[in-house]
Amino acid sequence: MYSEKVMDHFTNPRNVGEIKDANGVGQVGNPKCGDIMKMYLKIENNIIVDAKFKTFGCGAAVATSSMATELVKGKTVDEAMKITNMVVAEALDGLPPQKMHCSNLAEEAIAAAIEDYRRKSGLVPNESIDCKGCCNRCNRIHENVDDLGGCE
Amino acid sequence: MGNRIVYLDHAATTSVKPEVFDAMKPYFCEHFGNASSIYSLGRETKTAIEEAREKVARALGAQASEIYFTGSGSEADNWALKGIAAANRKKGLHIITSAIEHPAIMNSCKYLEEEGFEITYLPVDSDGLVSAEQVKNAIRDNTILISIMFANNEIGTIEPIQAIGAVARQRGILFHTDAVQAVGNVPIDVEKMNIDLLSLSGHKFYGPKGAGALYVRKGVKIASFIHGGHQEKGKRASTENIPGIIGLGKAIELAAENIDEYNKKLVNLREKTIEGLIAKVPYIRLNGHRSNRLPGNVNISFQFIEGESLLLMLDMKGICASSGSACSSASLDPSHVLLAIGLPHEIAHGSLRLTFGDENSEADVDYLLEEIPRIVTRLRDMSPLYEAVKEK
Repeated sequence: MYSEKVMDHFTNPRNVGEIKDANGVGQVGNPKCGDIMKMYLKIENNIIVDAKFKTFGCGAAVATSSMATELVKGKTVDEAMKITNMVVAEALDGLPPQKMHCSNLAEEAIAAAIEDYRRKSGLVPNESIDCKGCCNRCNRIHENVDDLGGCE
Repeated sequence: MGNRIVYLDHAATTSVKPEVFDAMKPYFCEHFGNASSIYSLGRETKTAIEEAREKVARALGAQASEIYFTGSGSEADNWALKGIAAANRKKGLHIITSAIEHPAIMNSCKYLEEEGFEITYLPVDSDGLVSAEQVKNAIRDNTILISIMFANNEIGTIEPIQAIGAVARQRGILFHTDAVQAVGNVPIDVEKMNIDLLSLSGHKFYGPKGAGALYVRKGVKIASFIHGGHQEKGKRASTENIPGIIGLGKAIELAAENIDEYNKKLVNLREKTIEGLIAKVPYIRLNGHRSNRLPGNVNISFQFIEGESLLLMLDMKGICASSGSACSSASLDPSHVLLAIGLPHEIAHGSLRLTFGDENSEADVDYLLEEIPRIVTRLRDMSPLYEAVKEK
């Protein structure tokens, strides 16, 4: 079912843990859906110098978290914001169709952590949450809201 | 490390016993005749089928004429529900079942709802039990059938079948039970338990896949399921799956002979596992009734972790198990059974089902009790939900 790369990142996940002095932390997902991803970023001079994660979820959720942390490291904040769920999935040599929502979670976790960083560093006002319309996608599926507003 | 395989998914399927396979073998190349043929090659297969029917009947306390062979347990369930509904449509449209039935019953009920039938899905208590009282209170003037599973496939809870059967009998309503998980594991007597229809499947008790049966009490009117030739008294046409039927007969014969010993062996493994896990791992709960459960069934929820991850890690240690997590299926929701017993979604996602069988030993339990706590710790260390608990 899973590619070798997914299994590799599930078995030996990279960057598991917390960053004590992280300046961007984002948590997305919902225990109801069975996956929660928490991403810690350390950003210096607009460059992501370290990334770690903690994830409650299935094999695909763990593997996408691991891959997402690998992908953001060394990137500028703007570059990291361009990492989509497709980029993460492709880096893992693909995901089974029913697991694609896990890769959404990785994209959302990156965005949420960067958002947190921007808020903390005063780059955006507190109330602005720029999540590209994909926040709480899972909640909405549970509530049978058809409109997934911009989530592909 | 090594290539150790510990198979703990006997509720999903079992291996075919060598004695069963040996009994089946001659019916592929040698005794291949069509049982409907008049010449000796056909007659001998006809006799073999009737002997197998006799064996199935004996194991259930039924008569051979009340046993109909089917292609699977799901087929038997479909036939029981749709066949009784069709034959009794003029009498009434109401059917009673439970909220924790197998999809073969659930989805047949949904189909019947579309056809105009009214279905009551009785809720269960936190152990997964339906009471005879609940069934009694749900009966209406137009109730034609009660279908309650003998034992649940996920949490192992055994339902009070005899008491429910008594209620049905008293009110003159037909009673079907999906006994796919129970046959071969717990003693069944259709007379004593007032069962009118019962579904079973050979591959759950060391018989071949693709062979099941439906018991239909003498005198019960049921519509034909497959229209065609005269096989199975014209109720279920199709040239008989002779090797499958022979295998089913042999397997049920062996199961009935060894049922007490088998039951005792599995209860011992089950209890050691449950006690061991509860002693070794914090934040867990046993799902299903503590004692009134299938002898080989262990179903435990581990908080803060997700079932599919657990299964993948167990697989790396050669342990084959299953889970009620959404991620182990195609849907977003965890098992309807775990939700019906009142588990919150996040705890249902972390469930693990281990089902013991013939080839398991106490050494397997020791291995489990060593590996599972280690894997659970590893996954919890990765979980943001556990982090929040540790901080408290």
